[in-house]
Amino acid sequence: MKFDLQQWINTGRLKSPWVAHYDCGSCNGCDIEVLACLTPVYDVERFGIINVGNPKQADVLLVSGTVNPRNRVVLKNLYDQMQHPKAVIALGACGLNGGIFQEAYNVVGGVDKVIPVDVYVPGCPPKPEAIIDAVVVALGKIKEQLEKADRGQAVNG
Amino acid sequence: MIAKLFFGLIGLAVAPVLGGIIAGLDRRVTARMQSRFGPPLLQPFYDVLKLLGKRPSAVNAWLVLCSYLTLMSSALAVFLFFFQADLLLIFFVMTIGAVFQVMGALSVNSPFSQVGAQRELLQMLAYEPLIIMVFVGIALKTGSFSIENIYALEQPLLFSLPILFLALGVALTIKLRKSPFDISTSHHGHQEIVRGLLTEYTGPQLAMLEIAHWLDVVLILGLCSLFWSTGMIGMLVLLAATYFVEMLVDNISSRLTWQWMLTRVLAPTMVLCLVNILWLYTL
Repeated sequence: MKFDLQQWINTGRLKSPWVAHYDCGSCNGCDIEVLACLTPVYDVERFGIINVGNPKQADVLLVSGTVNPRNRVVLKNLYDQMQHPKAVIALGACGLNGGIFQEAYNVVGGVDKVIPVDVYVPGCPPKPEAIIDAVVVALGKIKEQLEKADRGQAVNG
Repeated sequence: MIAKLFFGLIGLAVAPVLGGIIAGLDRRVTARMQSRFGPPLLQPFYDVLKLLGKRPSAVNAWLVLCSYLTLMSSALAVFLFFFQADLLLIFFVMTIGAVFQVMGALSVNSPFSQVGAQRELLQMLAYEPLIIMVFVGIALKTGSFSIENIYALEQPLLFSLPILFLALGVALTIKLRKSPFDISTSHHGHQEIVRGLLTEYTGPQLAMLEIAHWLDVVLILGLCSLFWSTGMIGMLVLLAATYFVEMLVDNISSRLTWQWMLTRVLAPTMVLCLVNILWLYTL
């Protein structure tokens, strides 16, 4: 077997998604479901998923809630602090497009108005199973990114 | 001499693998204690490989330098241990790594990093006297600070230095930053001041510190193994039991303050160490 460090690193990337969670003014419904994933019932550590408080050490950003003009700066800042390769997951109806608040004067809309989103999780709130599945799908997106990079294109960003 | 050098190099090569597997076992057993299934055994290796593949974005050059120096000093300390060098030399080399880790954290303005670094200094203040006391006890028993002399003993050190072994266990818990001493930073899922000391270390730098931590674990378990130097099986049983108690304590206790660590843990343990050393004198 040929020793291929890049192959090993890619394996590591797919097996160790560290998650940072940011609440853009959510009602906490989605946030409680995110925390439910960490409990022994769902135990996301089986997939190597760890909830980290520091965006600099995270691979996946979970965003819940309606984005407003105040926290869009913070959201962009958090996203910029994450190191490549990275993925973003928008949680719940509010994260997708603002939900029932989308017409409100202080709501920007979905998370994708501010930063590129890889996976959308619908629901109000989404089930923990859906959130875990979203992280797994996000890993697939990261893998696509990496394969693109392997084919000679530079990873963007 | 050549044989010792060879032994040292073998030890240096095996230590990171061993340390990673111990970390993986630790996470798995911890998960089982919390009635979870837990990550795969090789999870720490996946984590480190991933971190190594991250695009570097260190805040300043100090962080990079400090992470290299921490890794180098931990590796050198492990090499010296398997080389059967002087215990005090190993201790000083180990300390250099810890100091540089703190200096790296202090070189950044982040308040989490700063607080974590200050707390790490307090943790060093707590575990270093204990380790020194253990070494003094070993030196009184064997007549020198050299590891070779310990292997020449006929009776395991544990019988003459039982309290010092206990003190080494406390030092191990503080050095590993396990509960109740995960004050400066914490491991895997836990959050204490956003992982304090490690807040500003990212990507490859964090991976290097993680490997350095594995090496430190192997080194301190190596120091524990000196207490049963007469037989391989006894040594392994002692190490397994020690580490299992570490994990148990980690899971049944909550994080406490540094004041508690200094007044209620360091002070009594130091007195107990003195009792053991006095007892050695009277024998």
